[in-house]
Amino acid sequence: MLRFKVNGKERQVDVEEDTPLLWVLRDNLGLPGTKFGCGVSECGACTVHVDGEAVRSCSFPVSDAAGKNITTIEGLDPESKHPLQEAWVKHEVPQCGYCQSGMIMSAAALLKENPSPTDEQINEEVTNVCRCGTYSRVRAAIHTAAGNEKGGA
Amino acid sequence: MGFSRRKFLIGSSAVAGGLVVGCSLLPGRDTIAAYSATAKNGEVALNAWIKIDPTGVVTVAVPRAEMGQGIFTSLSQLIAEELEVDWGSIRAEQAPVDEIYVNSYMLKEGLSFTDGFHRGENTLGAKVMAKIAGILGIQATGGSTSIRDAWEPMRLAGAAGREMLITAAANKWGFPVSQCRAEKGHIIHVPSKQTLGYGELVGLAASLDVPSDPKLKPASEFKVIGKSMKRLDTAQKVNGQAVFGIDVEPEGLLYAAIKTCPVFGGSVKSYDQKAVLGMPGVKAVVPYPAGVAVVADSWWRAKKAIDSLPIEFDDGDNGGLNTDSIFKQFAQELETGDANTYMDVGEAEEFLAKQSDVLEATYKAPYLAHACMEPINCTAKVKDGKVEVWVANQAPTLVKWFAAKAADIDSENVTVHSPFLGGGFGRRIEVDMVIQAVTIANALPGTPIKMIWTREEDFQHDMYRPAALSRFKGTLDEKGNVAAWHNRIVSQAPTFSVMTRFAPAMAMDMSDNTTAQGSADTPYAFPHKHIEHVPVDLPVPVGFWRSVGHSYNAFFSESFMDEMAHKAKKDAYQFRRALLADRKDARDVLDRLAKEAEWDKPLGAGRAKGMALHESFGSIVGQVVEITLSDDKQLSVDRVVSVVDCGVVVNPDTVVAQIESGLIYGLTAAFYGEINIENGQVTQSNFSDYQMIRLSNAPVMETHLAPSGRHLGGVGEIATPPIAPAVTNAIFVAKGERIRELPLIKSGYEVG
Ligand code: FES
Ligand code: FES
Repeated sequence: MLRFKVNGKERQVDVEEDTPLLWVLRDNLGLPGTKFGCGVSECGACTVHVDGEAVRSCSFPVSDAAGKNITTIEGLDPESKHPLQEAWVKHEVPQCGYCQSGMIMSAAALLKENPSPTDEQINEEVTNVCRCGTYSRVRAAIHTAAGNEKGGA
Repeated sequence: MGFSRRKFLIGSSAVAGGLVVGCSLLPGRDTIAAYSATAKNGEVALNAWIKIDPTGVVTVAVPRAEMGQGIFTSLSQLIAEELEVDWGSIRAEQAPVDEIYVNSYMLKEGLSFTDGFHRGENTLGAKVMAKIAGILGIQATGGSTSIRDAWEPMRLAGAAGREMLITAAANKWGFPVSQCRAEKGHIIHVPSKQTLGYGELVGLAASLDVPSDPKLKPASEFKVIGKSMKRLDTAQKVNGQAVFGIDVEPEGLLYAAIKTCPVFGGSVKSYDQKAVLGMPGVKAVVPYPAGVAVVADSWWRAKKAIDSLPIEFDDGDNGGLNTDSIFKQFAQELETGDANTYMDVGEAEEFLAKQSDVLEATYKAPYLAHACMEPINCTAKVKDGKVEVWVANQAPTLVKWFAAKAADIDSENVTVHSPFLGGGFGRRIEVDMVIQAVTIANALPGTPIKMIWTREEDFQHDMYRPAALSRFKGTLDEKGNVAAWHNRIVSQAPTFSVMTRFAPAMAMDMSDNTTAQGSADTPYAFPHKHIEHVPVDLPVPVGFWRSVGHSYNAFFSESFMDEMAHKAKKDAYQFRRALLADRKDARDVLDRLAKEAEWDKPLGAGRAKGMALHESFGSIVGQVVEITLSDDKQLSVDRVVSVVDCGVVVNPDTVVAQIESGLIYGLTAAFYGEINIENGQVTQSNFSDYQMIRLSNAPVMETHLAPSGRHLGGVGEIATPPIAPAVTNAIFVAKGERIRELPLIKSGYEVG
């Protein structure tokens, strides 16, 4: 039995230790907001925070999460009002929306480390794939959430 | 074009018998049963598109798939405009599957066999396609048709609802209708200033006759259409609440992971289920013709089991297939193959044969995968002769039919649930995943099964954008304009391939407009022009990939256009402009583009601009890219300026978003996109070897909407075609290297 906290709540699961955290969140804990995109750490759709750090949960064995604090898109903000979520709405970032949980979680981890990132720092840290090509809006929304002028009015 | 939409609908209903939608301007009360059946919490349906609840909240039935293009929002705007409701009171939901929601425009536009560029609608192909369309009567999303199809019926539905609510209020008050008007979800009796909310009136209104000819607003009075209303699907897409196909969780769910024979057309010879039946959570091993599924109590357990299941495949006849041999065959067909002609003006062949100075060039484009962000998946439950399917799809009607076929039941016993799509791009008009999931679920009656493909399966079993070879011959006149233009294209025909899957009996060797679109129908006028295509039949499944034939033909045609301009020693912009004498709309786009992109202003050393103009799906897009290119082929696309004429714009911000999206999709393909086949199987497996543009190499994009007054055009696909030639034309300016083959990484470019 593995124990950890997800979005502030104690959870426990009884699964094989090598099960990726992604599938535990989705299939065992009823949190499908975290998405499967590639399964091999290439796309970032599955990004969650483990003890505050961005992690690609498709390639993160659940056993490594034991005793840790996990935050998923569902728990990023109790009222879905994280500055990034508000900036995302403002810039109408999502198209199909499938990559956006991961995008927002990657950006949130970046802003926690670096509240006012440059374009280059965003490029380095938010390496997620968006097949709908929302990149320019993702960038603008991160700047807006950071309070940077680059976000535009 | 003189095409009457209503005439078409009546015409096709005559053919089809079952296609009721167009028989009257607005369908009568008998057609709302399907939508009424979805009413909850006191909602009342006014017609097949509108439900209103007692508090006045209006729910719009959106019969098209929301795959990111913003269709929930823009179709709701059509209703909101005529119904006179505040945007805040509007909700959108997926419409049920019903004949009323047939996408008539797509059927008409999608008459791929009509050979419409050339011989019009009175050909054998046209007749066959009309028949297919009639029989199909499909509710589908594709061909950038959703707004064009809905423009009239959904505004009429809103207007009819408004008139019914006005009449209901007038009757209730005992005032004449002429003294009442609708505003912001209320009916106002103008003289007495009394008001009644829609929620109070809807019950009464629903009992009235549907007006036969509701009055539509003139465009000058639009308050919602033409405005960037906030998207209705954003809130749930930033907090993880949006439900995609992969997220559905029906009671008692089990999970399936699959392995399909990697060779196209192969099958399963044998497998040893004993090897996995004892693994944790594994419930069953279920074969289907081309592969095997493992069903378990979690997807990961199913996946681990399928990975360790010993399977022996029978490769069938295609184990020797590879991309090199395919292109060799194309090269042969380019010389000798039988071609269909799609455009023939003047006497291009005869004329060219007499010229001494003919420019000739051959271009090449690879197979491409759709790679929707949401991997292919489908959930199905078979119980007591009924099937329930949950799947992100572009064609619920096809889902219904093929689920029925797979379970061997009547299609009226199939219920289709259509959650959000994590991307579609043409991939989700296919129903292979539905057939598989229902086949697996059929083996475990009563249990819903969620089948999810790995990304590797997704790359290996797509219906690919066809690879193509294309040869041009052209000459100039004494003024340096194009005198003759000849283009011969060789590829598989996507419509044929799609038909072999959907209606094999009807798949026949006939012309297919999608193969020549973007070449036969360019806006330029040449005294002699001949466009033909040689269809090649191969076992590689091909299909509709965002912008279909335009995706490669625009690269070919707009590159050769630049080659001709260079030969004429003319500026790329002025050279094109001179060929557009009869096309003020295209000329205006080009002029605006030159202005916005400051075409005449040279960039610094190591930088260059390139241009392309392309018409598709009833819209025109011009693009200028700015690149930076180092001597060692380090390429960066810094900025893209797009000018778009898509006619009436329903939601400007959504249109801009689609231009950005289509452009990135096309640029990703131009940089990296290539599906290769070795030994009958695709060699690419994941985003590691089928690379994607990311934030670090996405260009700055600037999009200008420039409606010319043309009617509605499509939007979702139109920015994809011109981006590749705009980039390669810029590379020629910068380096003098003419790129005649994609992707760019193949020519040694590094895109960062
Ligand atoms: S699903 Fe984890 S990185 Fe793609
Ligand atoms: S919004 Fe569709 S993949 Fe990013």
